[in-house]
Amino acid sequence: MSEVTEFDAAFFHRWLTRAAAVVDREADRLTELDAAIGDADHGANLKRGFAAVTDVLGKEPPETPGAVLVVAGRQLISTVGGASGPLYGTLLRRTGKSLGEAPAVTLPELAAALTAGVAAVAQLGGAQVGDKTMLDALVPAAEALGESFAAARDAADRGALATVPLQARKGRASYLGERSIGHQDPGATSSALLIGALAEVADA
Amino acid sequence: MRMLINVPETVVADALRGMAAAHPELTVDVDNRVVLRRDAPVAGKVGLVSGGGSGHEPLHGGFVGPGMLAAACPGEVFTSPVPDQMVRAAAAVDSGAGVLFVVKNYTGDVLNFEMAAELAEDEGIQIAKVLVDDDVAVTDSLYTAGRRGTGGTLFVEKVAGAAAEEGAPLERVEAIARRVNERSRSFGVALSACTTPAKGSPTFDLPAGELELGIGIHGEPGRERRPMMTSREIADFAVDAVLDDLRPSGPVLALVNGMGATPLLELYGFNAEVQRVLTERGVPVARTLVGNYVTSLDMAGCSVTLCEADEEILRLWDAPVQTPALRWGR
Repeated sequence: MSEVTEFDAAFFHRWLTRAAAVVDREADRLTELDAAIGDADHGANLKRGFAAVTDVLGKEPPETPGAVLVVAGRQLISTVGGASGPLYGTLLRRTGKSLGEAPAVTLPELAAALTAGVAAVAQLGGAQVGDKTMLDALVPAAEALGESFAAARDAADRGALATVPLQARKGRASYLGERSIGHQDPGATSSALLIGALAEVADA
Repeated sequence: MRMLINVPETVVADALRGMAAAHPELTVDVDNRVVLRRDAPVAGKVGLVSGGGSGHEPLHGGFVGPGMLAAACPGEVFTSPVPDQMVRAAAAVDSGAGVLFVVKNYTGDVLNFEMAAELAEDEGIQIAKVLVDDDVAVTDSLYTAGRRGTGGTLFVEKVAGAAAEEGAPLERVEAIARRVNERSRSFGVALSACTTPAKGSPTFDLPAGELELGIGIHGEPGRERRPMMTSREIADFAVDAVLDDLRPSGPVLALVNGMGATPLLELYGFNAEVQRVLTERGVPVARTLVGNYVTSLDMAGCSVTLCEADEEILRLWDAPVQTPALRWGR
């Protein structure tokens, strides 16, 4: 009988540290994508936010997975600005709140919590899959996470790529109308990076 | 890229330090990024708080002072400020009469101000909000985030600020702010893209001999691209776009706004054309303001904003104002 794997606070801390490194590395690409259909600040903003997250988590590491995500989400809201701050902040905060105070969580528990976090993002932004937003990566990722981390990563990547032919209906890109078609959504791309970082630390 | 900056990371803080030095009549909190009128909170008066990304100067910090904003929250370049800034601003200007948030309709601004309103209300501050969405280049529909907030913001901040200065209660300040927004429409044109410090190159590619019609204020491309037009043709196009949406029955306030890199020589010339079109369309102009007020870094181009005035709006528009960028009557 195989043992059920559980993920503790240190795992989530590693995830966000990894995410910060990936965002730092990919910041210019995110900004380039944003320049095409937005206002060219997505990379710089997320980089600043995730740097602040690693900072605060490093100072006083929270003791539960839920607390790690809640603290990280609050930090993003306080530092990122733009739409990404409240949206990513809400994603982590609400996922964390859903995890409750358990000292460690299982993959199905995390998948359920992420689904709740993604739903909160959808509600806050008033968007849905197909609007060419971060949800195009996050919704399929949350669905696939019940299966495995790798499946979530692949689903997020596919979702981000699938935003290329879409016309944006939310956020600043929506002001371009049909001219937003043909560009990958920067928010969906950064979401895929975040899920990719999760799969990476789970593999390690 | 040639910019008068040190490094992209500190442009906003550097600008705030310089603003503090130039304007001792303001309190500039560089660390927390809040610009306050020095005498805040003013007893018995509603505090007007606005904010948004930096790069639109003088909006919003340049509009802080008696008769206009009580506080402004500058975000990173083209990025909404964070709720912490707005809550701090609200707490600093609230005299117990409440605070009106003036929010431009961009998803980031809307979300951050919404979160801030919740947090400020938790601290016992009464908050009202007005959403500015005057840009006719973006049509509202079920599937979009709605029209953008651009030049109309200046009208809303000036008129509602004057009402607050007179001691009007929060509901009245909010109502007049909404009325000004409902009666304001804008249309913008770019002759060049702008360059954000973080990106270091133009945010979109605009070949020589072409212009973008229907741009916003964030260096995002506009509604369509055409071969370069004359000032006369642009004025016809822009004013008609505004009048298609706003059919004023009385005199209007007119703002002929530069996007940052268009000299006043051109803006005044453009204003002559705007006034001509308005006369031809039978729209009387009560007041005109020409200059760089709601800008987009180093973008060349202009926008036209019209607000259908009424007696009260005119009176409040003419009321004294004393801010770094707008100053008259006292």
